[in-house]
Amino acid sequence: MSTRYSRDHEWIRLEGDTAVVGITTYAQEQLGDVVYVELPEVGKTLAKGAEAAVVESVKAASEVFAPVGGEVVEVNAALGDEPATVNQSPEDAGWFLKLKLSDKSELDGLMDADAYKAFVDTL
Amino acid sequence: MAEAVSNDLMETPLAGLHRELGARMVPFAGYSMPVQYPTGIIAEHNQVRDSAGLFDVSHMGQACLVGPDHETTARALEALTPGDFVNLGRGRERYTLLLTEDGGIIDDMMVTRPVSVDDDGRLMLVVNAARKDVDYADFRARLPASVTLEPMEDRALLALQGPAAAKVLARHVADFGEPGFMTVRSASFDDVSCDIYRSGYTGEDGFELSMAADDAEAIARALLAEPEVGPIGLGARDSLRLEAGLCLYGHDIDTTTTPAEADLGFAIAKRRREEGGFPGAERILRELADGPPRKRIGLMLDGRAPAREGAHIKTRDGRHIGDVTSGGFAPTVGAPIAMGYVNAEFAEDGTGLAIEVRGKDLPATVTAMPFVPHRYFRKRKP
Repeated sequence: MSTRYSRDHEWIRLEGDTAVVGITTYAQEQLGDVVYVELPEVGKTLAKGAEAAVVESVKAASEVFAPVGGEVVEVNAALGDEPATVNQSPEDAGWFLKLKLSDKSELDGLMDADAYKAFVDTL
Repeated sequence: MAEAVSNDLMETPLAGLHRELGARMVPFAGYSMPVQYPTGIIAEHNQVRDSAGLFDVSHMGQACLVGPDHETTARALEALTPGDFVNLGRGRERYTLLLTEDGGIIDDMMVTRPVSVDDDGRLMLVVNAARKDVDYADFRARLPASVTLEPMEDRALLALQGPAAAKVLARHVADFGEPGFMTVRSASFDDVSCDIYRSGYTGEDGFELSMAADDAEAIARALLAEPEVGPIGLGARDSLRLEAGLCLYGHDIDTTTTPAEADLGFAIAKRRREEGGFPGAERILRELADGPPRKRIGLMLDGRAPAREGAHIKTRDGRHIGDVTSGGFAPTVGAPIAMGYVNAEFAEDGTGLAIEVRGKDLPATVTAMPFVPHRYFRKRKP
């Protein structure tokens, strides 16, 4: 399936039974230079909308929410040394975490690329 | 200098230029100000450390104390601050503190005696934007009748900071020479008259240029056209001054902190230490002699997670001993740094402490400031 987007500017892309989560290009532009990413522990179960990670820019700390519920099966450890990857490649190499989904139907409540683009244009 | 816009925020004379450059504008001290340009805060920070950057600081308050002669004006200012202004030479600039009667800091500011003998009796002030109203009211309440405060609302202020700043200015100012650190001169920038101060808020060599509001844009455009210069927003201004160990009013100093606690003893002139006679002198001189009960310190964190204003500073065994007043990622250091206040017994350089961030105690070490060495201009010995 294609990538889905939340109103909090996370993206989620289903790959088999797991989904990769990160923040959107719009989000990283708003944050500015990312200097630190705090990622959850592998094995942690996150409810939809729960705080999944914290991303710190030069100016401020911002929460990243789980766009759907699931168990954290992997985190992008490379962001520890290279947090700027979130700015350079937010929707690819700058991914945050992988979730084993609790309920795939939660994805239906998220926006597709066109709807997200339209949403961002209203901001 | 400032005009109100529809949402009650004021604008500086460079507002249009900031928008043209793609700045992200934010409210700051009642003004709409650029927090960053499209290159981003870290690139702007490095631009200043490596070359030169232009800041619009026109939101700051420029004012003039006017009295009948230098001694009268200087004595009036000395009654409110711990500086030595009676002996301030023409064209010399000093950092000082406006103090409450119990030694708290109402504001920090720059004071300059003009170059010309015709201006004797005048002292120029540059105060924080957020404290203009408070400062001006305080001066008016406490100055003697012979000395008046005159705000200069029709002036703009630009800062050109960084190792290439002098070379760039010399292309636009005839007979530029080598102005000394913390001096001012009246000059023509291209054909526009301005006052050029060699001072700043980044720890780098640099200049502040005060000019008529209507002339600011021409000077800013001429400087930005130089290959060494880029525009710098408030975001990098904050990271640069934090690395330089410089206080931000309302965060690191306020009416509840004294100069001794804030480690600003250098602002208390030798003559004033001997003579006293400034607000809060008894307390401040006692704190300088015996040590203040708490002290502003610098902290380096071990990991990469930044600690921000308000975070608790703790002992390694978890006791809360103070709070962070400024903190963030330091681009030149390449690590998170912070400043804050702790009980004096924990203020020694090298003391192992911790800062609580999101429920975790992150190891941190008390570190002498500045975090990045100052590179102010010093005249070569002949």
